Amino acid sequence: MNSGINVTKIRARGAAYVAEARIAQMMKWKGIIAIVAIGNPLFYLVAIGIGIGVLVNENSGTSGTGGVEYITFIAPALLASAALTGALDEAMFPVMEGFKWRKLFYAINSTPINPGQIVLGVFIGALARVVFTVVCYWALLIAFGVVTISESWDVIPITIFAAGAFAAVIMGVTASVKNEDYFMTVLNRMIIMPMFLFSGTFFPLSSMPIFIQPIGWISPLWHATELGRYFSYGYSISSTMLVIHFGYLIGMMIVGFKLANQKFAERLAK
Amino acid sequence: MPESLISARGLTKKYGDFTAVDAIDFDVAKGESFGLLGPNGAGKSTTMRIIAATSQRTSGSISILGRDPEEHGPQIRAHLGVVPQQDNLDGELTVTENLFIYGRYFGLSKKFIRNKIEELLDFAQLQEKRDSKVEALSGGMKRRLTIARALVSEPDILMLDEPTTGLDPQARHILWDRLFRLKETGVTLVITTHFMDEAEQLCDRLVVMDKGKIMAEGSPLELIKKYSTKEVLEVRFGSERNKEVAPVLRDMCSRIEELPDRILMYVEDGEALLEEIVAKKLHPTTSLVRRSSLEDVFLRLTGRSLIE
Repeated sequence: MNSGINVTKIRARGAAYVAEARIAQMMKWKGIIAIVAIGNPLFYLVAIGIGIGVLVNENSGTSGTGGVEYITFIAPALLASAALTGALDEAMFPVMEGFKWRKLFYAINSTPINPGQIVLGVFIGALARVVFTVVCYWALLIAFGVVTISESWDVIPITIFAAGAFAAVIMGVTASVKNEDYFMTVLNRMIIMPMFLFSGTFFPLSSMPIFIQPIGWISPLWHATELGRYFSYGYSISSTMLVIHFGYLIGMMIVGFKLANQKFAERLAK
Repeated sequence: MPESLISARGLTKKYGDFTAVDAIDFDVAKGESFGLLGPNGAGKSTTMRIIAATSQRTSGSISILGRDPEEHGPQIRAHLGVVPQQDNLDGELTVTENLFIYGRYFGLSKKFIRNKIEELLDFAQLQEKRDSKVEALSGGMKRRLTIARALVSEPDILMLDEPTTGLDPQARHILWDRLFRLKETGVTLVITTHFMDEAEQLCDRLVVMDKGKIMAEGSPLELIKKYSTKEVLEVRFGSERNKEVAPVLRDMCSRIEELPDRILMYVEDGEALLEEIVAKKLHPTTSLVRRSSLEDVFLRLTGRSLIE
């Protein structure tokens, strides 16, 4: 027997080994990840923040955005949407790859690592990508003078947390899906797209007709955006709504993990 | 009796109403090369997954390295090397990265893995490809890498599910040579295959499986002796005439098998029988005398060919 193998140690660190592998895989895409992390905020801030922002400010001042410049209003929303997009990439594709494309999870599952540790490891990997994306974005917001460090630092953990909740749900849902082509088309066009358009990113959700607003209410992006605004420039939210935003995201995290753990164990035991 | 690393009694696996593995008993001794031979769907891969402690049995008992996989999955998997039917390597990573990452899953130190990688690259004849992306490797190389990966943790049992399926003859022979060397070092091998020549080459002992059951057990030679004759005479008369002459042939030897394209005749001396047939002016269009193989054993046990 190879006496160098310590199962107790693997029980404690298994998820970290999986995360290590995920990060090694992401490093193969580091160029693209970096370009997206820096290019995305750059284009949005210049085009929408400054371009459209000038238009908005000239025509309606700051009345539509609750008393702040348009760019201040959309910055936390753009940050949240970048974070959630990164989370989506690193939660959906590895799960597809793990179960179907390359069956990598089956290889991991034949080592002492358990399905639950694979779930946690992939999640940590997704979080690493989110942290990188959020920090890059935030640094650019500061460089553009949109936010200040002292006022807005707490938007970082909040946004990472929201993206994590989204990642957990995406992992669970992706693991439940057998036909990925159909799934990815539906997810992108019918769920992700409306989520970005109707989550109060570019205008307050409350300015939409009431029958459209529920799209925002169920979207993690809206909750993340509202919290981001609250923490970055003191946008006013009632304490009830604060509890709802946090509660919704925590709920997503719990449900996502539960579903992912269950589906991973089910599929790997077949 | 040598130490038994795997011991199964009444092992059963059901998927709903379907019984994939039906109350089988077997033992695998330390240092032995044990084979599960049977056609697709015989229950070999299911049995492998139960031994690999990734799929749980429905009933019966099994002990692997002295432990029950239902309770000690990670402890058992820590000492197994698994080569699945389909390579599940990470195509975007290099050869060494694949080995390194896999070693980490066993909690092995980075230093240990780095040293081990050199040894494994030599063994798998992949030194020149060490920094190549796995996607760029040939099928045979990928297979060797998957085997090398399974060895990174120095397992007590190496499990190979259809190790050479899909490989060309040359790649198969290279792989058999590698596995033979491994066997010589005392690693216990558990192999599934539907190739009789592979089973004959690699297995000390095997069980013949069909429809979830074990039909026979023994060394390849023992099985051939027990279930077949020394030689086989294969004769073809053309698809029309085969049926016509079969009753005549049946009376000339202890057993015949009528296949769609040819008739197999089981005898001790094939040449002598062929002379008799010719003497009766039956004149087959082609004929062949060969030694009995596991294929004949399977045919005898199940009435069907291995590869259908």
